[in-house]
Amino acid sequence: MRTLQKGALVPQMVDSTTVLWGQTIVYTAYVLAILIVMGVFAYNITRDGKSPTVKDKLFYTFAAFLVILGMSLHVVTYNTIPWVPSDVHASGIEADKEFHITVADHEFSLPTERLMIDCDDMVRFNVTSSDLTYGFGLFRQDNSMMFQMQVVPQRADNKLLWEFTENGVYNIRSTEYSGPLGYQMIVEDAVEVTGCDVDAAGGTQ
Amino acid sequence: MTLKATLLDGNEGAFDHKTMTPMQKLTLRFVLVGVVYYAFAAIEGMVMRIFQVDPGRFVGEGSLSLTDIDQYFGILTAHPLVGIFGSTYLLVFGAFLFLVPYLMKKPLWSFKAANWTLWTIAGGTFVFWVDGFVSHYAPLYTLYWPLPADFDQFHPLSGAIFIAGIALVMVGTALFVVNIFKTITYTPEGFEKVDGKAYLKSALGLTGFRNLRRRRKEQEEHLVPLPVAAVARGTVDTALNAAIILFTGVLILVFMVAELFGTTLKTTAVDSLLYKNWFWWGLDLIADGLVLIFVAGTWYLMASLITGRKVYMQNIARAALLVELVVSWTVWSHHLLSDQGQPAFLKIVSGELVTAFELITQGLAFFITLATLWAARPLKMTNELKFLLGGLLGFALAVPAGILQADIGLNRVLHNTQWVVGPHVHVAILVGLTMTLYSAIYYLLPVLTNGAKLYSQKLANFHFWAHLVGGIGMGAFMGMAGLQGMLRRTLYFEGEYTVYMVFAALSGALLIAALLAFLYNVVMTVGLKGAIGIFQHSDRDVKELLPTE
Ligand code: HEM
Repeated sequence: MRTLQKGALVPQMVDSTTVLWGQTIVYTAYVLAILIVMGVFAYNITRDGKSPTVKDKLFYTFAAFLVILGMSLHVVTYNTIPWVPSDVHASGIEADKEFHITVADHEFSLPTERLMIDCDDMVRFNVTSSDLTYGFGLFRQDNSMMFQMQVVPQRADNKLLWEFTENGVYNIRSTEYSGPLGYQMIVEDAVEVTGCDVDAAGGTQ
Repeated sequence: MTLKATLLDGNEGAFDHKTMTPMQKLTLRFVLVGVVYYAFAAIEGMVMRIFQVDPGRFVGEGSLSLTDIDQYFGILTAHPLVGIFGSTYLLVFGAFLFLVPYLMKKPLWSFKAANWTLWTIAGGTFVFWVDGFVSHYAPLYTLYWPLPADFDQFHPLSGAIFIAGIALVMVGTALFVVNIFKTITYTPEGFEKVDGKAYLKSALGLTGFRNLRRRRKEQEEHLVPLPVAAVARGTVDTALNAAIILFTGVLILVFMVAELFGTTLKTTAVDSLLYKNWFWWGLDLIADGLVLIFVAGTWYLMASLITGRKVYMQNIARAALLVELVVSWTVWSHHLLSDQGQPAFLKIVSGELVTAFELITQGLAFFITLATLWAARPLKMTNELKFLLGGLLGFALAVPAGILQADIGLNRVLHNTQWVVGPHVHVAILVGLTMTLYSAIYYLLPVLTNGAKLYSQKLANFHFWAHLVGGIGMGAFMGMAGLQGMLRRTLYFEGEYTVYMVFAALSGALLIAALLAFLYNVVMTVGLKGAIGIFQHSDRDVKELLPTE
């Protein structure tokens, strides 16, 4: 089995807040650009003017641009989002800590009342469900999401590795619908990370 | 004319339902019932929108209360199904059952089957909608195993009725599929014999694909017009999807019927992850298959009708439709990127790489449509052109939003958030798909009514702007909340996202206002008598598409 060094794969200090801010900026810029393009197109299409057929070259350039864009997105995220390599190579990574969590009847059962984690620990969350499909998500105090995964029932492979680099007290919440009772599936202040130089967004508690 | 006279007889009395052929009436019936079901979906959406602003304040008791929590999830289950089957399927099927014979210049293969398609889909939708409203059967459309067979939360009878309603919709869908392929390939009485196989090949894109490798002079002629080719390819996905839904429905029904007869079957007999794979494979044939293909086909059709010209890059457009069909069979894993048991190679190949092809195929359809329009400059900004541009914009916004969430890294923090149902789902459906359909409706209205005059252009303009701003606005505010961690399919009682939800509700209200303006405009155009007349029998020949004299 290949063993990967903790932190070797991941650029530090990039968390989900940073990633989502990046996405917000890129997507907002795109939305504004496409609104302008369509507005200008709609305005000009009603005007008189010479309209030669669009050149084939332009069409093929656009097609090539789409191919490059579609593929490069995943290359960029693989190299910039810290949790992707550890996700893809999960079986080759040794965890510092593993928590076994069970879910049944719309309730999480944790091994201890609060899961304590040291900074920079690589933690494996191993969640099993004996009845329905649930979700397992970790949320900061300001309700922003740290990560989530699906919890498929009767399976032992709902496991997620996470390296913690920010102090904080986090809530667990089911991120999948499991019937009308599911919206209450929240365990407040279930996870605590200590020993880092940085605090999570939304404060430590 | 007085307002009352217009309301009764339609604008300038220009619409006379007695001049209509049975095919025109049937198509308009599809459209009317489809629009009524759109109103169902929109009102349900609005009820949820208001509820989400402050669930704690609105929560009510009593099983039929609109704001009972069980009712909320019942609505959340029925809402997308009414929207897709009751509204989109009926609008699209009705339009294509008219347009395929129209473009192929021959009668529809079976008028009777088309009629059955309408009433089975309309009836089936009504059955599952009423069942959901009364009994609150709420496994949501994803039906993750074993939730649909969880009899601690849902009564097996309510589930069985719900599934029976869906099955009825699938029967109507199967009739549509047969009717479309038969219409393309059959030889009507008195017509010169056609080679059905050659037509099928052309419709499915094999001819166009071969042409790509040939010189211009050696290229085979397309027997089937481009929009019909799109309809045929989308119909393949429609058929496969119906088969998967029926199969899954039967599986769930077995558990329900056994329970009703006192035997509890073990839900563990079915592997939930395997089930999730096949169900998403089938379900995705709608979202990433037939919707994209039908929409691209409708763009090409509208662009050539509006400009009176051939579509730019015909062969590529045809080939792209074929690629899209194959792509739609291989992208389902993007729904399982957060399922840790899903093999990594499926996540990367199907979930990320093949899914990225949707950006390419839909991007090319977007470019081809714009290039076709551009070449015909100057164009008049008609309602059909306006709505077509709106539809193009909708997909230009929603497809990249989907591509972002189909990334292993981003999906970890986007899956099941409001981002998915906002900038992706609702912008695709409400702005992209619905505005494209409105474009076809505005174009077809005078054709199907033999020259009815639109009552008010101002109302049509309002319809356009309110729908566009409402649709994009709702998607945007849902998206912003999603990026801040707000999940879909749940309720927040602590006011965590109230500001976003207030703006999403205001945008929803704009969508409702747009719908009301459209409905009023249509009623004033055809008149109440005309609207009723559409449902009356026509004495003309069912083989006649448009009146010949
Ligand atoms: C005025 C129009 C509409 C409004 C205001 C609206 C509103 C909503 C709301 C509030 C939700 C719940 C989101 C959540 O889980 O928190 C939702 C979900 C959804 N809606 Fe709509 N909607 C509208 C039209 C439509 C239409 C026409 C369709 C389909 C053709 C549609 C498809 C869906 C889907 C697929 C979901 C996700 C359901 C799920 O998570 O299981 N919506 N909508």
